[in-house]
Amino acid sequence: MKKFICVILTVVILTGFMTACQPDTRTQLNIYNVGDYINEDVIDIFEEENPDIKINYETYYANEEMYVKVANKSSDYDVVFPSDYMIQKMEAEGLLNKLNFENIPNYEKISPEFKGLDYDKNQEYSVPYMWGTMGILYNKKLVKEDVKSWKILWDEKYAKNVFMLDTERDTLGITLKMLGYSLNSGNEEELNAAKDALIKQKPIVLAYCGDEVKDKMINEEAALSVVWSGDAYYCMSQNENLAYAIPEEGTNLWFDAMVIPTTSKHQAEAERFINFMCRPDIAKMNVEYIEYSTPIGEVKEQLDDSVKNDKMRYPDITKVDNMEIFTYDKELTKRYSEIWQDIKISN
Amino acid sequence: MFKKYLVYPHLFWMLVFVLVPILLVLVYSFETTGLNGEAIFTLENYQKLVDANYLNIFIRSVYLAVISSIICLALGYPISVILANREKRTGKSGLVWIFILPMWMNMLLRTYSWLTILEKNGILNNLLELLNLPQVNILYTSGAVVLGMVYNFLPFMILPIYSVLIKIDNSIIEAAEDLGANSFTVFSKVTLPLSIPGVVSGVTMVFLPAVTTFIISKLLGGGHYMLIGNLIENQFLVADNWNFGSAISILMMVLILLSMAITNVFEKDTSTEKKGGKK
Repeated sequence: MKKFICVILTVVILTGFMTACQPDTRTQLNIYNVGDYINEDVIDIFEEENPDIKINYETYYANEEMYVKVANKSSDYDVVFPSDYMIQKMEAEGLLNKLNFENIPNYEKISPEFKGLDYDKNQEYSVPYMWGTMGILYNKKLVKEDVKSWKILWDEKYAKNVFMLDTERDTLGITLKMLGYSLNSGNEEELNAAKDALIKQKPIVLAYCGDEVKDKMINEEAALSVVWSGDAYYCMSQNENLAYAIPEEGTNLWFDAMVIPTTSKHQAEAERFINFMCRPDIAKMNVEYIEYSTPIGEVKEQLDDSVKNDKMRYPDITKVDNMEIFTYDKELTKRYSEIWQDIKISN
Repeated sequence: MFKKYLVYPHLFWMLVFVLVPILLVLVYSFETTGLNGEAIFTLENYQKLVDANYLNIFIRSVYLAVISSIICLALGYPISVILANREKRTGKSGLVWIFILPMWMNMLLRTYSWLTILEKNGILNNLLELLNLPQVNILYTSGAVVLGMVYNFLPFMILPIYSVLIKIDNSIIEAAEDLGANSFTVFSKVTLPLSIPGVVSGVTMVFLPAVTTFIISKLLGGGHYMLIGNLIENQFLVADNWNFGSAISILMMVLILLSMAITNVFEKDTSTEKKGGKK
């Protein structure tokens, strides 16, 4: 028996060496994206069109996880997909390379309202990938009224029938919005009011969820939940009883963009990849798969009328003034964490 | 001669992958970041730990872990006795595999499957509906967390007790019976005392992962409250406060060392007893 195992091991190790000896001269590009956030066929197309590049595609589940890896330089990532506030944070800490926009001619196709936003005012570091809002996904069978306000998530009628997000920034953000404050508030009184509201809400909440909220809502486990717009439209395509609403108090408007972190060793190739992702046919494949909103005007026009004319999906961000983008502030991040812990600890 | 060198790879491994990381955590736990990003020595991370809020988290974690350990013991001990007796009688060890089998699956997957079983329109409630029984909603409660812990860690209780029981010499039990002991006396005077080392290591092996788990409480507890594991995860990944996260981890390690020290005391006690018996 032992001899047999030895033979097997030797064979395995030798074949390992042999495959390693076959030279792969292609440049390896390390792409690090949020899970389920790309149409993977796109990667094959890129490799076919660029025979000199091999893509190594990895995924993460939250901005913070990606940040820890990039900040500690534990891997040579070439392109990552952070959200607005995370781009600000990484930029402030010098973790991003400036882009050479000559290599990204497709940047022109991005609609002007998505350029030069607060998180990258001088358009130096990022190229928008997707955008969206946050709102309430509800089950029309269980909720007979119009969903107009975040306050419905505090309604006793729906006790143990509400899913909230288990992410502090988002949950505190919509609570601040409900109370009529800015979701970037640093005002201690406003923050405490939001904290008290969330503690009061605890008995009504069935669970604080992550990604699994999608499956839960499709299975009709609860009447209401806080979700991002793209997830909402995915759920609605799976269960026709579901509907999405953006409350009147306003909400969070967010952007995910492609950036090149300082860990990158292949800046030019990374820029080629970013440019490829902005090409209308590729962007269309992605947006149709992910169901979020595209910042590329030409692509939006090609989508179904029911999609592009949906005001919940493509609100005119130049006209709505109650939607805000998260901004990054180191001290505030700590304060948010403390508040979140207080909420979690209270009974 | 040669044997001496065999130990070096092991030493190297322990040094690089165990000792150095622990030292790093220790250093981090005594540091805070100054205004210019420099590290300053401080005790504030440990002072923060005595805050009533954090104490609550610790108390809740220990409380849930103790309950899980007790339930695991209550379920695991009789099962181990049955398994060991059966094997002694028939010489076959087949049944133990049933308890090891689920461990071949990823723990995350096993916990996720409880979500599907317990949810409102889940398997359990559909079954109850079929039998015209009232539905239960235990998902997202402390009960569900304890259930998840018991389910995941029960094998860790059964295996050590079982392996101690299987080693008990049958002639000792026969001798007790010959001397007129009934089955209850045999159990309380012979089997139970001899199985204590197994019970002690079983309890430690259930208590330790239960007190540090973060995924079970996150999935089955519905994120209503934090346990120590969730707090540490949160400090590293979200709050970006590695120093405080390290301080909690160090406290955790101290707790674990303490409980292992207690285990050692128990094991020594029983081994001296055995020697005394042989004289």
